[in-house]
Amino acid sequence: MGMTMTQKILAAHAGLPSVKAGQLIEAKLDLVLGNDITSPVAINAFEKCGADKVFDDTRIALVLDHFVPNKDIKAAEQCRQTRDFAKSYHIQNFFDVGRMGIEHALLPEQGLVGPGDCVIGADSHTCTYGALGAFSTGVGSTDMAAGMISGKAWFKVPGAIRVVLKGKPTGWVSGKDVILHLIGEIGVDGALYQSLEFTGEGVAALSVEDRLCIANMAIEAGAKNGIFPVDDKTLAYEKGRFQREVKIYEADADADYERTVKIDLSSLRPTVSFPHLPDNTRTIDEAAGVKIDQAVIGSCTNGRIEDMRVAAKILKGRRVADGVRCIVIPATQKVYLQCIREGLTEIFVEAGAVVSTPTCGPCLGGYMGILGKGERAVSTTNRNFVGRMGHVESEVYLASPAVAAASAVTGKLTDPEKL
Amino acid sequence: MQAKGRVHKYGNNVDTDVIIPARYLNTSSRAELAQHCMEDLDRNFVKTVKPGDIIVANKNFGCGSSREHAPIAIQASGISCVIASTFARIFYRNSINIGLPILECEEAAEKIQDGDDVQVDFGTGVITDLTSGKTFQAEPFPPFIQNIIDKGGLLNSLKG
Repeated sequence: MGMTMTQKILAAHAGLPSVKAGQLIEAKLDLVLGNDITSPVAINAFEKCGADKVFDDTRIALVLDHFVPNKDIKAAEQCRQTRDFAKSYHIQNFFDVGRMGIEHALLPEQGLVGPGDCVIGADSHTCTYGALGAFSTGVGSTDMAAGMISGKAWFKVPGAIRVVLKGKPTGWVSGKDVILHLIGEIGVDGALYQSLEFTGEGVAALSVEDRLCIANMAIEAGAKNGIFPVDDKTLAYEKGRFQREVKIYEADADADYERTVKIDLSSLRPTVSFPHLPDNTRTIDEAAGVKIDQAVIGSCTNGRIEDMRVAAKILKGRRVADGVRCIVIPATQKVYLQCIREGLTEIFVEAGAVVSTPTCGPCLGGYMGILGKGERAVSTTNRNFVGRMGHVESEVYLASPAVAAASAVTGKLTDPEKL
Repeated sequence: MQAKGRVHKYGNNVDTDVIIPARYLNTSSRAELAQHCMEDLDRNFVKTVKPGDIIVANKNFGCGSSREHAPIAIQASGISCVIASTFARIFYRNSINIGLPILECEEAAEKIQDGDDVQVDFGTGVITDLTSGKTFQAEPFPPFIQNIIDKGGLLNSLKG
């Protein structure tokens, strides 16, 4: 029996000729990631067990992104603890305010993760890097601590769902619509304990940014990881960027898949996830008209420069509706600067939106856009659980940057085509 | 090892954001996290939970964020065991890594009612509903994972 792409990467990092679904293995890690929420818990565990060194100070990334610039005194203390740890252990990839970005936009941008890697991160959206042909998955703080000490992690080799893409997206349809559609099809636990292996001629029609957005939300289907084959677009993206050697793994022709899901990209419509689960999806045609109080455009899912360009294209020469707060958050300092250089920031401000420094803030109801009782947001983020963005009686509608920007203009969920 | 306590019963897809809302993630204090456990799903939980109590839920318990604060909040609130039809995979890992016993058992998750008194034998995986008199058999842990639990968590197991 052949192996999937995920299984091949895991076998190589476990030093085994082959692995099969269900097998428990120990794999070498190329990078271990933590943020200002999860690192303090990992550092406590690291110190409690008496560790006095990290396995490799070049292969740990600590990113302060959730509650920075510090939202309150407690958040400041968590950042201080992480900062002190980074200094004590000479962590080479430590990103503080001024250099930081939202971790899953920052690490690919900086070339810290790439094809063939095996990566863990104490953040559930670590699965993002599968877009580049890496095995990467979210873990907790204790796993992060163990990874920082040993450079290894244990895994149960996942079985797989093959997602066969064909055709090309039309109009305003983007990677976000592809992944929301998929989650709507298979459910929030549809890929539990499995990998989502994207394949088919439709992959070529998706930009690297679309793929990053799709892999980012693999966890919202319960998946261990989502992964894309490495092609010319990946290699062009990594050229001059990825700091290690590109290693390309391909699924065997006789790899075993537990299920195959087919998606015709040309038939997709802009898609919205209604409260309170990401699988509660409807097309914009069924969703239009729901009144909103806030639009958030940003996050590790949709805070990249392409997302900013789409939002600016829609907001240019238009105004955010009265009674709507539109919050735009470029995901990294580089994206922020690029927005200024391309004149996007001016478009946002003139439209009546606010533009924030990079932060995860509103996505998880931290700060910078908390919802009050009964309020509704359309958001390009990744979760719409009860109370996710604020009050337990508030609501989040997940959508693409195009739908969020168009909705900000009209004050209700809107098909960008009909603006 | 055994657990015995009153059941707090929940449904499908109990996510990490309702187990411990992100507005409380500015601390890693176990006691503080426990004060807000399950707050956005069941405001009575912290008022009624007693040491030894058991959470029973249906499928995909702990979905969403990787925050270890979620199993920590449950453990620190006194819960001795979580039984569910299925668990989200990061929550599953995190619980094992911090030594919070969790058991997958679809039949138990379906039939045990809120407020029942339940006893769990971790050695055999037998779950007994003392209120209804029914017993259920949970899936045992694979030996690799049992070793982590026996050694008192992942970091202790690394010490050899």
